[in-house]
Amino acid sequence: MSATLSFPFQVDFMQRALVAGLAVGIFAPLIGIFLVQKRLSLIGDGIGHVAFAGVGAGLLLNVWPVWTALGFAVVGALGVDWLRARGRIAGDVALALFFYSGIALGVVLVSLGGGLNANVITYLFGQPLTVKPSEILVILTLGGVITVTMWLLRRPMFAVVTDDDWSRAAGLPVDGLNSLLAVLTAVAVVAAMRIVGILLVAAMMVLPVASAQLLARSFRGTLAIAVCVGAGSVVVGLSAAWFWDLAPSGAIVLAAAGVFAVVSLVKRAAPRALRQEEHG
Amino acid sequence: MRFGYDGQPVLDDVSLRVAGGEFVALVGPNGSGKSTLLRILLGSLKPEAGSIRIFGNDPDAFDQRWRLGYVPQRPTLASEVPATVEEIVISGRLSRRGWWRPLASDDRAAVMHAIESVGLGELAKRPVNTLSGGQQQRAFIARAFASEPELLVLDEPVAGVDAGSQHRFSDALSHLIREHHAGVLLVSHELSAVAGIVDRVIVLKGRVLFDGTPSALMHEGVSLGIHPEDLPLWLEGLR
Repeated sequence: MSATLSFPFQVDFMQRALVAGLAVGIFAPLIGIFLVQKRLSLIGDGIGHVAFAGVGAGLLLNVWPVWTALGFAVVGALGVDWLRARGRIAGDVALALFFYSGIALGVVLVSLGGGLNANVITYLFGQPLTVKPSEILVILTLGGVITVTMWLLRRPMFAVVTDDDWSRAAGLPVDGLNSLLAVLTAVAVVAAMRIVGILLVAAMMVLPVASAQLLARSFRGTLAIAVCVGAGSVVVGLSAAWFWDLAPSGAIVLAAAGVFAVVSLVKRAAPRALRQEEHG
Repeated sequence: MRFGYDGQPVLDDVSLRVAGGEFVALVGPNGSGKSTLLRILLGSLKPEAGSIRIFGNDPDAFDQRWRLGYVPQRPTLASEVPATVEEIVISGRLSRRGWWRPLASDDRAAVMHAIESVGLGELAKRPVNTLSGGQQQRAFIARAFASEPELLVLDEPVAGVDAGSQHRFSDALSHLIREHHAGVLLVSHELSAVAGIVDRVIVLKGRVLFDGTPSALMHEGVSLGIHPEDLPLWLEGLR
């Protein structure tokens, strides 16, 4: 494998980071495109904070934090969806309730479990360079579940996030599909947290989609470009981290943000250049 | 059929039927219960008394959803991600072909036929959020047409839509009734666009004030040219 990959991905730990990172770069936008369409871009961030409480619980109970984070995140995601769907409180208030309660519970559990240490920092900010083969297996398995599910349900999911009134009349199980999207968002947050960290995971769901929607003229095209931007950001971010000794998770997200900035500038400049050409 | 919110009656003693090939316009002022009646028909609300039947079935037990086309009230698409007219209209085939079956040639033909019948053939690959309000509404009508429905329910489909789109809208409904013998139930404040093809007018204000042909309505001294908001007042004044 090392012979076929170019520098800097010839080293074992960089190869592991690349495999896990590419998985995240692909499955995160698959969820993100539906969240952006539903105007729920920040839900991944809120669920990430609930997942932090799960990490704290895992460290306290001496259980692998990925499993406890998964349990907390799924319950939190269903809770946010339940409150939002029933209109008991506004969507942003429902998010804030879980957001702050999750982070507060996480802080309390982490302090009970021995305080802020390198292990906690790894989950908060991500560290792809130290990811182990067993963790890669979990990331690939969870990512595979997300990818297959979203592929199978892409048509009804597209209908629901585009127009839920019509979808109900067409007999689609709108509430069930919304709940499933919330659960898959939680799974994506937990699967990605070891790579980009709980605090940055939502960025990998949203930023590639934000860039892609500026370039594409269809939903299918947006999805394809978003996946390419997500995967490309991982390659660029990991390479930048290697060459300039940067935090890899931050470099990956900055690469995704950089793509958005460049695409926005080009989109803004292109019509102006065309106009000048016409007048010239 | 009767329905109320928190003990306040909204619909009382409402009884109506739409047959195949019949174009029924439902009009009434704001708060007259039109939207409530549609929500009951679509199964999202339950009547307090009486019953609703869709092709002879209880709405909860009705599983041939493709037979019922629906165009919701929506002036513009709140779409963050670009979606083409074709992608939106393909959604309309979901209830007919299922979630997983790939698009077959008859699905593609039905989608293109629906798009062309509302005059959007040349815009099929364009993102819906770049179209005018009238063109967007026609895309939603095409989505409803795509399942080849036997009953089409439209909620204020031409509100705020330009005259050209209203004309195409009227042509498309005529086509659906003529070629597919579908029934149409239209809730609208803009009856002038469809005045020539309406078979029956139902005037609603909590109860049915009038149910008959446009010419019978004219016999009552009311024409479709009068703003539909005012129809019940005219009828009450005449009775």
